[in-house]
Amino acid sequence: MKSAMQYKNDLGKPWRYNEDEFEVIRTSMWSPPGCHPVGCGLKLYVKDGVLDHVEGDENHPVTKGRLCPRCLALKDYVYNPSRIIYPMQRDPADRGKADKWQRCSWEDAFALIKEKRDYLAATYGPECMAVLSGTGRSGGIMVSDMAQAVLGTPNACYTQSGYACYQPRSAACSHVLGAYYPEIDYAGGLEETYDNPEFVVPEVIVVWGKEPLPSNGDGLWGHAVIDMMKRGAKLISVDPRVNWLSCRSTVQCRLRPGTDTALAMAWLWVIINEELYDKEFVDKWCYGFEEFAARINDPEKGMTPNKAAEICDIPVDVIYEAARLYAKAKPASIAWGLALDQNQNGNQAGHCLLALMSITGNVDIPGGQIIAEIDPAPGVAIDAKSQAAALADLKKAAFSADVKSDNVSKDLLDDSLTTTRMEVNLDKADAASDKSTAEDAARPTRRIGWDALSDELKQKTIGMKEYPMYVNNIRNAHADRMFDAVTTGDPYPIRMAWIQSTNLLAPTCSAESDKWYQGLLKCEFNFATDLFMTPSVQGLCDLFLPLSTCAEKNDVSMTHYFGSPVTIGAINKAIDVGETKSDAQIMIELGAYLQSKALEGMFIDAEDFLNQRRANVAKMSWAKLAQKVNFQRGVNYRKYETGRLRPDRLPGFLTPTGRIELWSTAFAANGEDPLPYYSEPAFSPYSSPELAKKYPFILTTGARTYAFFHSEHRQIPILRELNPDAMIEIHPADAAELGIASGQWVEIANDFGKAKFKAKLSPIVKRGVVQAQHGWWFPEQDGNAPNLYGVFQSNCNTMIANHYNSKLGYGAPYKCNICSVVPLKESYDTNMSVVDSKFGKLVI
Amino acid sequence: MTKGILINYEFCTGCHSCEVACKKELGLDFGEFGIKLEQVGPYKYQTGDLSEKWEWTYLPVLTKACTMCEDRVKTGKMPACVQHCQAWCMYFGDVEDLARKIDGSSRCALMTGAVTS
Repeated sequence: MKSAMQYKNDLGKPWRYNEDEFEVIRTSMWSPPGCHPVGCGLKLYVKDGVLDHVEGDENHPVTKGRLCPRCLALKDYVYNPSRIIYPMQRDPADRGKADKWQRCSWEDAFALIKEKRDYLAATYGPECMAVLSGTGRSGGIMVSDMAQAVLGTPNACYTQSGYACYQPRSAACSHVLGAYYPEIDYAGGLEETYDNPEFVVPEVIVVWGKEPLPSNGDGLWGHAVIDMMKRGAKLISVDPRVNWLSCRSTVQCRLRPGTDTALAMAWLWVIINEELYDKEFVDKWCYGFEEFAARINDPEKGMTPNKAAEICDIPVDVIYEAARLYAKAKPASIAWGLALDQNQNGNQAGHCLLALMSITGNVDIPGGQIIAEIDPAPGVAIDAKSQAAALADLKKAAFSADVKSDNVSKDLLDDSLTTTRMEVNLDKADAASDKSTAEDAARPTRRIGWDALSDELKQKTIGMKEYPMYVNNIRNAHADRMFDAVTTGDPYPIRMAWIQSTNLLAPTCSAESDKWYQGLLKCEFNFATDLFMTPSVQGLCDLFLPLSTCAEKNDVSMTHYFGSPVTIGAINKAIDVGETKSDAQIMIELGAYLQSKALEGMFIDAEDFLNQRRANVAKMSWAKLAQKVNFQRGVNYRKYETGRLRPDRLPGFLTPTGRIELWSTAFAANGEDPLPYYSEPAFSPYSSPELAKKYPFILTTGARTYAFFHSEHRQIPILRELNPDAMIEIHPADAAELGIASGQWVEIANDFGKAKFKAKLSPIVKRGVVQAQHGWWFPEQDGNAPNLYGVFQSNCNTMIANHYNSKLGYGAPYKCNICSVVPLKESYDTNMSVVDSKFGKLVI
Repeated sequence: MTKGILINYEFCTGCHSCEVACKKELGLDFGEFGIKLEQVGPYKYQTGDLSEKWEWTYLPVLTKACTMCEDRVKTGKMPACVQHCQAWCMYFGDVEDLARKIDGSSRCALMTGAVTS
């Protein structure tokens, strides 16, 4: 049955139009509210300056009018009675006291930050400050700019142990593949998408350690998988847990959590030894295949299907069937997910999946894995030199005149400016030509401040000594070493933290979140940029700077963080709420207030930032992108043949050998094994049998729900009612043995921590495995310390220890840990009436 | 002509978009629904041809509160649930037309409310 739009729609409507009593603003969402950068199309219906309701925008090339519950509830987020919309401050002596906040002005707030920053930087050195960030939010990708350009400290940090989200895969992309993030091809960058003659529907899609439907992970619009299933794509599922997609898969590989590398190596064993690989592609474009094949066949470090079947706890036939089905399908793609990052073996898992995509010849072909090219918008040709010159002249004029005056004509800028360079990606690649990586080439956004740091300060980045590849790649302090600095003062104490767009005490990212809390309490000054009074801000901060939602700001939705050639969208401002500001506004205004040298003369205002660092990727001004709303980047396939993957325009991949490095020169140069190997999770019945007697269950965390994005949305009643309580899934047979009834509360524990969850008895988890939800806090509970909205009641991250990373500092066991499970007599059920009475009445 | 909503529920992923879109459209309180997602499974069959196969089926059910989005439909729009369905497995129209779409290639359910026009 073919699906089609069949009623009147708003196709072809301009970016703003009137409908009845409403002004309708078309926009492309990212965050806040937190989400991955998908850029879903929305129509915001505004009446008298108030957001009345939202609908999906049929004009969006990928989402085509469809929308998930979180955006459908946007109004309830924007006007939520608990949202903070004015700056507020509180005496550091009163941290954790919910009623001690006082409203202040932005001027007061900036002055306070300047006073603390100037004093601390002069007294202890700027490295004593840290900017801590979360994932998904638009501020997350700006953490390095905020630390290094605004405050002048090298210590930007995403606080998840081992940066166990995206980066283990990302590092493998940069160093093994030499191209950026091979996403499944869902025709997002092609006109007419699936109907474009260049596109081929994949014969098989492997969904590996990912739940794309609720997560939209990394910017992939998850329901694109459904679109392709309807067009004939078959599925292979690799996931310990059964999910909706796996029920519709031709083959299910329900492996033991944390054993992905073993399974991938076994697939490679089948494909190599049965000669199912693409010999021509391997000969031409892969480096080190002989050594790689020898490793896979190595009696000790290699992996036969029989050995993997034992390690992964799946039938050996399933391994053969899955590997053959994948290798024989032309084309085939792998949607690879977070689970690959969330163990110590994540770099190797990523390496193996890239090897699978490569040796089967599926890299950069229609319906296979698409990768980003040096030219971010290959369909758009412009005269780069004259554009750059025009921009330079205009900017000179702007900075010498009053920037607010009409003389600096925005129209003039809009007309002349398209981009500072035709190939913005060269910006970064050129800046460090001998060290340039594919990630830099694909993501032209992240080094404003890093280049302005002195070498001395760069060397002081926390973790630089132990994990130079991690720190230099991401321009972030190493998360686990930052944990040491915050909790023990090693290598030096952190005295001030900017907690931006992260609720790190809630079980979102930080491991041993209770210890992060105690450590950060020692700081002399902490401030936050956020939208709600989270337990992290309530417990730790002295100043709250309120952020705008997508409805209140101009911004760009950087689909897949610009790392995949699909869409770029305009986030168009529709309304004003309180005195909120966007991340970019705060960066530029606070940077100017602090007299940041790195930002001096760089951006006139937030729109200029969007021109130079965001809309430029679409080779147009922000104003033009705003009117276009959505832009498809255009896709070239087999770019390794045409020099479109390298700044020097030579054919091949952006690695030292110019080929996909199945034998990784970068891993070897950094003291890691250049070839993949399996390592058992640090905590498992096999690696720690004594501990496992005490903690007999394998604990996995972090499954996605449709209702929430990580720790967000708990105060939106219409979403909370979809999932009122913190749930844990346990197999009915295990529950029966322990005397746990459906809906009964349990306590899980290990040597590091404990947490309470409501049991959901379900056969979708394997016996001996429990799956705990993450992100929980309870905004309806008492906010005062020590309760802090119940943030430590169901906090599974207190049970994850820091420092269980790969040799290179990546990955951590969030999805392969151990615990005990004990039934509780008490109930902690959420009373939805309380949630509704506190948060249901919107403030407009 | 009686209007109905056809659900090609083979592809219903259980994303709740129909539920939330409807609640926003009708302004329903928490605990109240105009369309409500129901599910069968997940369980694994032990018997017959389906042995070892998984069942996990979602089907949104229209409640008494469903108006078939009469006001939206008058302006030419689709009902809110149909508009936002992420899996694009819902169709709105005259029941006779919808019935003709059911061709046996997929699992379908045709639902009506009490609204006719």
